Amino acid sequence: MTAAVVSASRVTTLGKASGLGLGVAMIWFSLLVLIPLAAVIVTASQGGWTAFWNTITNEQTAAAIRLTVTHAFLVTAVNVVMGTLIAWVLVRDQFKGQRILEVLIDIPFALPTIVAGLVLLSLYGPNSPIGVDVANTPRAVTLAFLFVTLPFVVRTVQPVLAELDPEVEEAAASLGASRFTTFRRIVLPSLIPAIAAGAALSFARAVSEYGSLVLLSGNLPFQTEVTSVRILSSIENDNVEAAAAVASVLLLISFSVIVLIDVLQRFLVKRD
Amino acid sequence: MRNRTRSFIALGLAGTLLLTACGGDDSGSEGSSGTESEPVTLNIVGFAVPEAANVAIAEEFNKTDEGANVSFKSSYGASGDQSRAVAEGLAADYVHFSVASDVTRLVDEGLVADTWADGDTKGIVSSSVVVFAVREGNPENIQTWDDLVKPGVEIVTPNPASSGAARWNALAAYGQAIEGGATEAEATQYVTDLFANVVSLPSSGRDATTAFLGGTGDVLLAYENEAILAHQNGEEFDYIIPETTMLIENPGAVLIDADPKAQDWLDFVLSKEGQKQFALKGFRPVIEGVEYGDVEGANEPADPFPEVTNLLTVEDDFESWDALSAKFFDEEEGIITVIIAESGKGE
Repeated sequence: MTAAVVSASRVTTLGKASGLGLGVAMIWFSLLVLIPLAAVIVTASQGGWTAFWNTITNEQTAAAIRLTVTHAFLVTAVNVVMGTLIAWVLVRDQFKGQRILEVLIDIPFALPTIVAGLVLLSLYGPNSPIGVDVANTPRAVTLAFLFVTLPFVVRTVQPVLAELDPEVEEAAASLGASRFTTFRRIVLPSLIPAIAAGAALSFARAVSEYGSLVLLSGNLPFQTEVTSVRILSSIENDNVEAAAAVASVLLLISFSVIVLIDVLQRFLVKRD
Repeated sequence: MRNRTRSFIALGLAGTLLLTACGGDDSGSEGSSGTESEPVTLNIVGFAVPEAANVAIAEEFNKTDEGANVSFKSSYGASGDQSRAVAEGLAADYVHFSVASDVTRLVDEGLVADTWADGDTKGIVSSSVVVFAVREGNPENIQTWDDLVKPGVEIVTPNPASSGAARWNALAAYGQAIEGGATEAEATQYVTDLFANVVSLPSSGRDATTAFLGGTGDVLLAYENEAILAHQNGEEFDYIIPETTMLIENPGAVLIDADPKAQDWLDFVLSKEGQKQFALKGFRPVIEGVEYGDVEGANEPADPFPEVTNLLTVEDDFESWDALSAKFFDEEEGIITVIIAESGKGE
């Protein structure tokens, strides 16, 4: 009797609390994300359709968008493999310096991007101590993207992997499955949502990257100029509409890719 | 080790920037009517380069009767960004920008009187010239503008599309060709050849200097004052002042709603004492008769600002900043914009 009363009252409090929670979440989200994004799109539309179209089909801008998106895809693909591998090593292996590596992974998050740019320039620029000079080539863009997006897949996969019950894998092995089959059929399916989430984050981050590559990439039109630099140029010319137009194209691309990754992830999970 | 030190410096810089940015933001101009004894805070908003000089001038200003009770809140960053921030409401009593168009933006917004450029120096508070920064000992023997377009010479310049300040470099390149007797088509061809040798177009002057000091390129198109300041900070490279070059003129203005003390400040900035502080940090004085003694970091500290044989100016060679903006830097049609786009397609 008492228990029933308590649980009933709990439900009502929770209802209120979660209603409040939802409200706060929505206001917070609107203030920080929805309203600014809407403002970008409204600004983009102010110049009219022709102006919008002319802006994004400008040869130099189109080349910058192409470069940014291709590299973001490339880097995301690399991250899916390397990130999962690093997460695996961190969770399943025991080795000296593991704790240190664990901490170091987050450095690209912690470092201001312009500092990352400086570090990349001194390591992979003309004065490279290891003899690798990618300055002012498209490889500089790849490198900067790889650097800033490294932690995403690692950090999304790692906790899921740590929670996996090794007994299931042992059972599979005792039933005669090879290590590869065990990984493919048992481990991977549980990791796919995490990998997908990491991939989406990493793509979105790469598309918007600016700070870490400006020193190393040289911003050469048609070669190493990324979209953020084009947006900056428009702003410098007080052409806010053009800047917003290019920005909304990036938004649209990022949004489609995130949706695409989500759909793919659901499909893969269902199939397995 | 050096790299690591650099990263820490950059980290520190980023931190300071953040702090100054926040500091500049949080209070509106007090609007106090400023009787003599009442303490006054002036908000200075400027582009990054003259920060050190402005700090030195502020110290001297505080020693005078007018400046005794004045304290400063300052915000420094990219010229265009700073100007847009003031247009959007960042509190400012005095602004100091790289190019005139950043002040005219505020005139258009009704924040600065349209008479701002009527004074003796036509609104200009600091000036410098375009120079070539080269590696120590000048291994490529770069002396003239013609040396820049020789095959194999690698040039670094900030990007005129995204950095208002970088436009001085592009104008210097074009203007010196005209000065040398070239037709407009020939001058355009010269600038095209020059950009064909550009290996890096960083977004701002500071980024360009960093990229150059990090080993990129043989020549950096830079300003004399930046070169001198970098020398003062222990960086090692040489700089060459070409026979024909461009006078860089940085405007400063007091806002309409500014505290009356802001005008005293501007007067002091334009006084011999104020200009001396600019000179010590590498800027050429905008008035005659400033005594600054030796300027450390200059090629010859005793004669830090040698006279340039052919000095190009916006007024004499390019009509006005508005006219040249449209002609050279229009986003679609500008001569320089088109050249930069073409330079990428060739390869």
